[in-house]
Amino acid sequence: MRSIARAISALAQPIAEPLVAILLALVVGAVGITLFSGLVPGHSNFDIGLPVAAYSALVQGAIAGWTSTLVYATPLILVGMGIALGFKAGLFNIGGRGQFLMGAVGAMAVATALGGSQPAFVTIPLAVLVGGMFGAAAGFIPGWLKATSGAHEVVTTIMLNYVFVFVTYWAISGPLVLPKAHQPITADVGKLNGALPIIWGPDLNAGILLALLSVPIVWFLLYRTTLGFEIRAAGANPDAARYGGMRTNRLIVLTMSIAGFMSGLAGSTTLLGVVHQMAPGYDTTVGFDAITVALLGRSNPVGVLFAGLLLGAMRAGSQTMQIQAGVPAELVDALQAVILVFLVINILRRWLRRRSASPGTSLSLGVETGHTSEGAI
Amino acid sequence: MSGLAASLDALPVLGLVFQFLGYVLANSSFMSQTTVAVAVPIAFAALCGVMCERSGVVNIGLEGIMLTSAFVGWIVGAAAVGLLGEGAPSSIYGTTLPLMIGLVAAILAGMAVSFLHAWLAISLRVDQIISGTIINIGAVGITGYLYTLIAPQSPVGAGEFASFAVPKEVAGVPLIGWLLNAVLGQGPIGMAMILIVIVLQIMLFRSRWGLRTRAVGEHPRAAETVGINVIRLRYWNVVMSGALAALGGAWLTMEHGSTFGPSMTAGRGFIGLAAMIVGRWTPLGALGAALLFASATGLSTSLQISPPSGDLGNLMRYVPGEFWEALPYIITIVILAGLIGRSIAPAADGQPYERESGS
Repeated sequence: MRSIARAISALAQPIAEPLVAILLALVVGAVGITLFSGLVPGHSNFDIGLPVAAYSALVQGAIAGWTSTLVYATPLILVGMGIALGFKAGLFNIGGRGQFLMGAVGAMAVATALGGSQPAFVTIPLAVLVGGMFGAAAGFIPGWLKATSGAHEVVTTIMLNYVFVFVTYWAISGPLVLPKAHQPITADVGKLNGALPIIWGPDLNAGILLALLSVPIVWFLLYRTTLGFEIRAAGANPDAARYGGMRTNRLIVLTMSIAGFMSGLAGSTTLLGVVHQMAPGYDTTVGFDAITVALLGRSNPVGVLFAGLLLGAMRAGSQTMQIQAGVPAELVDALQAVILVFLVINILRRWLRRRSASPGTSLSLGVETGHTSEGAI
Repeated sequence: MSGLAASLDALPVLGLVFQFLGYVLANSSFMSQTTVAVAVPIAFAALCGVMCERSGVVNIGLEGIMLTSAFVGWIVGAAAVGLLGEGAPSSIYGTTLPLMIGLVAAILAGMAVSFLHAWLAISLRVDQIISGTIINIGAVGITGYLYTLIAPQSPVGAGEFASFAVPKEVAGVPLIGWLLNAVLGQGPIGMAMILIVIVLQIMLFRSRWGLRTRAVGEHPRAAETVGINVIRLRYWNVVMSGALAALGGAWLTMEHGSTFGPSMTAGRGFIGLAAMIVGRWTPLGALGAALLFASATGLSTSLQISPPSGDLGNLMRYVPGEFWEALPYIITIVILAGLIGRSIAPAADGQPYERESGS
C-alpha cells in the first residue's frame, strides 16, 4: 500500500504543479482580457463576460477541431523533445526556429530535386530524413562552437536563427523557386508525390505518428542507453562526468545535433503535411513555444508529449477564439509566459518548504543550464 | 597614389581584397551619424547587460525589456497626444510634452519588467536564463496582444525626437570634425547613450558603487562578509539597468521612428548581449562592439544599395542579397567564437546568491 501511495505522490507533483500553474495563468489571463475588453469591438470596458466567451471559444475550438490540435502539437512535441534533451545535458537550445526552418528547406530540396519522379513511399521518407539531417546540421554548428570555443549556445543559437531565416528566404527565391511562377514561391509538394498522407479528418497528417513515436525513442535514449546516461550525467555535474572519463565536448555536439534533428523533423513534417509549399517570408513560432513545452513537461519525454498537446490545443483554439470572441490569438503567447512564471514560483515554494536537499530550483525543472557553460553569456 | 591603387587593384586575387578594402573605405560607414544611431539600441542593451552581469545576474530578457519599453513609450505617447494635444515642439530636440511623458513611461515600464527579472532571479533563485526567456516570451505576447487590439484604431504616436543639427563650424573642425558630427548629430536618447557610457565606465571602475558591484559579481560571499548587502545591490543594479534597456527600446519608437511593430526589436537585445561579451563587460568595450556591429549592418546595406563595380562587383553578383543581410549576425557569431576564451565573465555571473542561514 505504501508503495502505491508513494507512487501516487511521486506522480502528483509533476502533474499537479503544471496544472496549478496553468489554472492560475488562466485566471491572470482572464483579468488581462477584462482589463482591455473595451478595445475589443462590441464590448464595454471591464466586461467580465469577455474572458468567459474567449475561454469557451478556446476550449471549443481545441476540442471540436481536435485534429487541428494534433496538427499544431506535432512540431511542438518534436522540437520540445529536442530542447528537453538539451536541458538534460545542460544546454539551452533556443535555435528551434532556425533548425525547424532548415528541416523544411531540406525536405523541400528533396521534393524539388526528385521532382515527382519517385513514388510517394520513396519521396516522403527521404524528404523527412533529409529535413532531419538539415536540422541536425543546424544544431551541430552551435554545439561545435560551444565545444571548441566555449561560445554560449544561447547567444549563438539565437544569432543562427536569424542567419537561417535568411538562408530560408534565399532558398525560397533561389534554388527551390518554382520556375515561371508569378512570385518567388516553391513548388507544391502535393504535386511531387511529397505530401504526407492525411490519416484522419480533414487535416490530421501522418506527422503526428512521428511525434508519438519520438516519445518512447527519446525515453529509451535517455534512460536505457549509455549515451543517455552520459547526457544526464554531464548535465547534472559536468566536472564529475569529465572526471568519470566522459568526453563532454563530444556529448555537447552530439546532443545539439540530435536536438537539431528533432527540430528538423518538425520542419519537414510541417512542410510535407501542413503547408505543402514555402512562400516568401516563411517562418515559424515553434522554436519559442517548444521551450515552454519542454519546461512545462519537465524535460521528461512523456511530460513533453502532454505539454505539447496542451499548447497545440491552445494554438488551435486561439484561432476560434480570435474569430468568435474577438480576443487576439497572441493571448496564447502571453499565457505561456504567465504559466511559466507560476511554474517556477510554485516549484520554489515546494523547495522552500523542504529546504533541505538541493540548492537551487533548476533540478526540479529538469533543467541543468549554467553548469556546462565554461563560456559566458 | 591613384596609380598605385590602380596597380594594386589589378593584382589577380589580392587585388580583389584591395578592391574590397577600397570599397569599404570609400563607403565607410564607421562612425557616421547613421552608424552611431544604429548602435544606440545595441549599446543600451549591452550597457544593461554590463550592469546586471557585473553584479552577477545574467539577463537575457533584454530583448523583452526593450520591446515592452518600445511599446509602452509609443502607446503612452499616443494616449498623451489624445489627452493633451500634440504641443509645440521645443527648439531642443523637438521635444514635446507627450514625447516626454512617453519616454518616462517607457523607462518606468523597463524598470518594472527588470524588477520581475530581479525578483525571479535574485529572490526566488530561478534559473536566470529561464527567467529571461519567460520575459522575452511574455513581452512578445503581451505587446503583440495589445497591438493587435489597438492597431485597427491606428493611433497616432507622439512623433519622434529630432536629431541635433550639428553647426557647420563644429562639423568642419579639422581631423575630428567627422567624429563630432557623428556623435553630436543624434537625438536626445542617442546623446544620452554616449554620456551614460562614459559615466558608467568611470563609475564602474572608480566609484564605491562600482567596486561593490564588481565585488558582488566576483565573490558575493566575500562581499557580504565585509558588509555589502548582496541582495539589495543586485536588485538595485538589475532594476536600474532596466532603465538603460528601456532607453534602447524607446529609441526605436520615439527617436528612430514613431510607430510600433510586433517584435520590432529584431534581436537587438541579443546582439547587445553579444556586444557585452565582445566588449569584455566594460561600458566602453560594449560601445565599441555595438559600433562594430552597426558598421557591419551599414556595410551590408551599402553593399545592397550601391554594389562595388569592377572585378569585385562581378564576383559579388554571385553572392545573394540575403547573405549580406545575415552578415551582421554571422560576424557576431564569428567574433564570439573567436574571442570567448579570452573574454572572461564575472566569476559569480548567473549564480543565485543565498545568505548563509542560521548561526
